[in-house]
Amino acid sequence: MSIALAPGFTEPVFDAQRVFRALMDATARPATVQPLATDLVPPAPLTPELAAVALALADHEAPLWLDAALAAVPAVAAYLRFHTGARVVETPDEAAFALVAEPDAMPPLGAFAVGTDEYPDRSTTVVMAVRTLAAGRGLACEGPGILDRADIAIAPLPGDFLAQRAANRALFPRGIDCLFVAPGSVAALPRTTQILPEG
Amino acid sequence: MSAAMRDDLPSPGATAGKETDAYNFAYLDEQTKRMIRRAILKAIAIPGYQVPFASREMPMPYGWGTGGVQVTAAVLGPEDVLKVIDQGSDDTTNAVSIRRFFAKTAGVETTTKTRAATVIQTRHRIPEEPLRDGQILVYQVPIPEPLRFLEPRETETRKLHALADYGLMHVKLYEDIARHGHIATTYAYPVEVAGRYVMDPSPTPKFDNPKMDMCAALQLFGAGREKRIYAVPPHTRVRSLDFEDHPFRIQTFKQPCALCGAEGVYLDEVVLDDRGGRMFVCSDTDFCEERRAAGHQGMMVDPGASDPSPEGEGGSRRKARDGWGEARHAARAGKRAAPSDGLRPPPPPYGGGSSDLPSDTAAEKREVVAKDKAGETR
Repeated sequence: MSIALAPGFTEPVFDAQRVFRALMDATARPATVQPLATDLVPPAPLTPELAAVALALADHEAPLWLDAALAAVPAVAAYLRFHTGARVVETPDEAAFALVAEPDAMPPLGAFAVGTDEYPDRSTTVVMAVRTLAAGRGLACEGPGILDRADIAIAPLPGDFLAQRAANRALFPRGIDCLFVAPGSVAALPRTTQILPEG
Repeated sequence: MSAAMRDDLPSPGATAGKETDAYNFAYLDEQTKRMIRRAILKAIAIPGYQVPFASREMPMPYGWGTGGVQVTAAVLGPEDVLKVIDQGSDDTTNAVSIRRFFAKTAGVETTTKTRAATVIQTRHRIPEEPLRDGQILVYQVPIPEPLRFLEPRETETRKLHALADYGLMHVKLYEDIARHGHIATTYAYPVEVAGRYVMDPSPTPKFDNPKMDMCAALQLFGAGREKRIYAVPPHTRVRSLDFEDHPFRIQTFKQPCALCGAEGVYLDEVVLDDRGGRMFVCSDTDFCEERRAAGHQGMMVDPGASDPSPEGEGGSRRKARDGWGEARHAARAGKRAAPSDGLRPPPPPYGGGSSDLPSDTAAEKREVVAKDKAGETR
């Protein structure tokens, strides 16, 4: 193969820690936008932020799943395999992390692993690359980690995302946790977050 | 006392993570950190649920905070400022060794000031000063399963959590009332998190339970021997279990802190001599020192002394709180405290390495004594 492999984290220990802390802050404070700086230059359409999440958290114990857009470019899987050592799986419900470059074309949330009642932690975290990620009018959220209410604008989203999230919420404590990454930022909608109907 | 902490700080030339060649940053290898970080993210996403993790052997015995240390190691970054407390105190053996451990392996700045810390690792207390947004409180947990003493089988307790079947716990609290006339559980008092999972808040006195409710800081719990991590996100409801006719109540103390005069705080008993002399002082040493620095005085501080120096107080107090002394108290207290412990059977034999269990009974003993001598009301 003649693929020149793009480099991983410049400082693997500290970069991974910084990325993790951004993800932890985002998960602990759902629907807030946290800064996520990275200097990764992965092969397109893998965005630097998607790559940062994968390099910080995936390894031989945590398989990755790639959406159609990412799977279509062999260099993406090669890059992730080399830098994380993670298996890239074909079926979404085998993945610990699902990387999604085109959220509006992704399979329904129900296709991923939701865990079991005894082990609800054995579920997929879906990481979606979006164009817009900003505080403000969009999704009105409440739940653990949110004082009163948080509003966040995310685009693009899967077509019937609100209905899928409501179904996901009904599974609690099972469920899918969603991370959204945009250039320089990250936000989370863990399974506990309720999206209020617009009104 | 804070002057004595200086030896914990990295040498002036040390840059975080650069001078600690012998270890990876914060001791753990990167794969272990990733595994713990994944567990932490799931724990936050499912508040109160105990996520199993592949707990590693640490260079300290189980019971000394191996779970908390692993969680701290996984979240810690070079910019963090670390505070470690043991029963509220910054200067007991466990707190000092863990603070030194991270000063050595991660080169992070350490502090005794609650306000200055970004990460606070704690053994069995929550600081008196309200925590703020952005802080992380890491608890050392000996036995994470609140139902363990009621149902020893992991397969069964897991099923009970899955079904949210917490009848057993309510029966235990009810039997407390039937026996003692009130809920006699005083530490490790079970809480319900975000309306779903019942969780052990670690053996903190129930006095601290209300501080967990809607806390602005992120609370992470690590149990090393039992290999579980759980979490409470900020601004999350944490309700202490109770009954309508027996509402949850915290301990109160009739007398204020003997050193700083603080009221409405959790007090420790300090034995002064072998003739029954004792004093009650803030368990949160940083809180107490700040109050004394601000001019507050308790009744044991001699107003005639030229310098009501916290240094002097600290010295005598350190002696009284010497680790061996505390262990001996705990050993003696075990027998005395047992009858008030409701249905909880005697602690299982975990071997000599466990410091959590004897000290839990020490906490219990303090409360028993506090009730007798300081006029605690329930």
